[in-house]
Amino acid sequence: MLTAILAMVVLAGLFGLLLGYAAVRFRIEGDPIVDQVDALLPQTQCGQCGYAGCRPYAEAIAHGEADINRCPPGGETGIIALADLLGRDPLPLDEEVGEAQEIKLVAVIEEKDCIGCTLCLQACPVDAILGAAKQMHTVIRDECTGCELCVPPCPVECIKMVPLEPDLSHWKWPAPDDSRDAGLASPNTSEVA
Amino acid sequence: MSLPLTKNRHLHRFHGGLHLPDHKLESTLLTILDVGVPPLLTLPLQQHIGHIAEPVVEVGDQVMKGQLIARAEGFVSAPLHAPSSGRIQAIEERPFPHPSGLPTRAILIETDGLDEWGPLPEPLPDFEQTNRDLLLERIRWAGIVGLGGATFPTSVKLSPGKNKKIHTLILNGAECEPYITCDDMLMREQAERIITGLAVIRHILSPNECLIGIEDNKPEAIAAMREALKAAELEATEIIEIPTKYPSGGEKQLIYILTGEEVPSQHIPADIGIVCHNVGTAAAVADAVIDGKPLLSRTLTLGGDALKQAQNVHSPLGASIHWLIEQIGGYKTQAKRLVMGGPMMGVPLRNDDYPIVKGSNCLLALSPEQAPPEEPARPCIRCGECARVCPVELLPQQLYWHTRAKDFDEVQSYDLFDCIECGCCAYVCPSYIPLVQYYRYAKSEIWSQEEEKKKADLARQRHEARQARLARLEHERKARLRKKKEALEKRGAGKADDPKKAAIQAALKRVEARKAAQTATAAPNGDST
Repeated sequence: MLTAILAMVVLAGLFGLLLGYAAVRFRIEGDPIVDQVDALLPQTQCGQCGYAGCRPYAEAIAHGEADINRCPPGGETGIIALADLLGRDPLPLDEEVGEAQEIKLVAVIEEKDCIGCTLCLQACPVDAILGAAKQMHTVIRDECTGCELCVPPCPVECIKMVPLEPDLSHWKWPAPDDSRDAGLASPNTSEVA
Repeated sequence: MSLPLTKNRHLHRFHGGLHLPDHKLESTLLTILDVGVPPLLTLPLQQHIGHIAEPVVEVGDQVMKGQLIARAEGFVSAPLHAPSSGRIQAIEERPFPHPSGLPTRAILIETDGLDEWGPLPEPLPDFEQTNRDLLLERIRWAGIVGLGGATFPTSVKLSPGKNKKIHTLILNGAECEPYITCDDMLMREQAERIITGLAVIRHILSPNECLIGIEDNKPEAIAAMREALKAAELEATEIIEIPTKYPSGGEKQLIYILTGEEVPSQHIPADIGIVCHNVGTAAAVADAVIDGKPLLSRTLTLGGDALKQAQNVHSPLGASIHWLIEQIGGYKTQAKRLVMGGPMMGVPLRNDDYPIVKGSNCLLALSPEQAPPEEPARPCIRCGECARVCPVELLPQQLYWHTRAKDFDEVQSYDLFDCIECGCCAYVCPSYIPLVQYYRYAKSEIWSQEEEKKKADLARQRHEARQARLARLEHERKARLRKKKEALEKRGAGKADDPKKAAIQAALKRVEARKAAQTATAAPNGDST
């Protein structure tokens, strides 16, 4: 009886030490779930979800504090991807946070109206605006995420959100049902005799 | 599976495929018509796979035939030359034959009708004594791309890299898609040019053997090519008649038929030591090397029952379809459908106001009988016909289901990107499901998602860099403040040694001591009262 208890105690102690060592030796820095969630978010850093950027929202999702349907730029595909990752049910986009935008927007500064106040520079979460105090500012088009955070601070309202024009390198085949309605089947051959 | 055809060569049979009504007779009744030069040429800057070409002429410039008008940008790109002499009318966005219907930048040349040649580089008739790099440079200069329709720059395909030994060179004369006969007619009429081009390519790649694959529904072409090959006395080169079956002209399918080797998924033929070129491309290579002429024109089929007469034409690049159709007698009836390319893989056009580009091998003006209205798609009945005909042995049904469910990861696990979009599955589908459209949609969605992912990663990087910068600035600001405070405190402490301050302090202390003494003496008094 006593031997058995002793053996169990010794074993428990040994394993305890082993686990304790492992916890220190193989410690994981940061939260891998947060990284995975963050990787699925569109990184617009727009804050429409109510958090101060994509990473904080990812943390909130990972800790179960936020639903997965609060990201309008990610849209339906984003929600499905998050649902797949976390094993939750996909939800429709939370109406509270806005509507999903199908067309991508970029900010454009009306340069002749810009007074060089640098307020938009401070608002841009990805440093996509170039300028200096009392110098004209401009948006680096390729780096703008379309978060619209630069629009409200502008005192002269010279920043506009414009849709990205479709060009050949970004053109996508439409989903089949759409293309049937696009009139491809009946060419306009008015010149034909 | 293999079947003996020639005495010593076994041909292999790829999975699936279709025997289609070939409609090739209509356009092979007449010889290739040289249509001359139209009054206006529209030359899109993107006629090839790769980077868009950069114009080197300005509006108003006079250009000579063969003069460079746009240079290649980067390695995978192709230059453009003026197909005829004239004046640059504009450099602007113009519609071009692409499924999007979006315009692209193009150079417009108003021709002067003189068709005057500009200076050309030196012809290299004895190419066998010429350095390979020089020949490659010449082919690159000529702007030659795969004329079978893929439009991949030929010079890039001819430079497979030093560590890749090419053992087999294949010339593709299969031309398996219905209606298209431009390669057939080119082989019948200009077999010597093709064989010369083959000899040049052979000299560049030095393969062990050359195989020319031609479908057996083109006996005249096969005879002409055999004769030309005999005259040229090329060693280890063979013309092989292959059974007619769609899509045997697909690069990977033709390689399998002729050699029995399969190009692995996500690889190119050069990875297994094979390079495949179209016969038209070989002819263009011959022009560039032997005559020093760039690619200025191509042969294409104008077909379909809406035309008075189907015919192959030799047309300058940039001629409008409308003008070309007028040259061969015009329309017979209102075209129900215009297609650039063949009926299986072609791109529908909205009207005939598009230019001919390097990859245009066929233009179909289909009559209402030939293009009945599309049946509405019905539900998939899981019959499996699509899988039976798929030449790549994919599972078209699974691809379709997962695409509909927008489960693009799953679609990729069914090898979506091996689909050659040949259209066999959609052709046999009893439910009229536009399967190829689903696959094209899925492919472009996946590409765009990848692009968005890249963009998101960039945004994350920039956001993190910004956060780090802000944190650093904040830290620096705090450090500065702290330093200042410390400095002030130090100064405060230092001033304690100051004699004046010491005197004041001493005085204060004295006053305090006196006060304390007073209260101490006063207290007992107070107690007594």
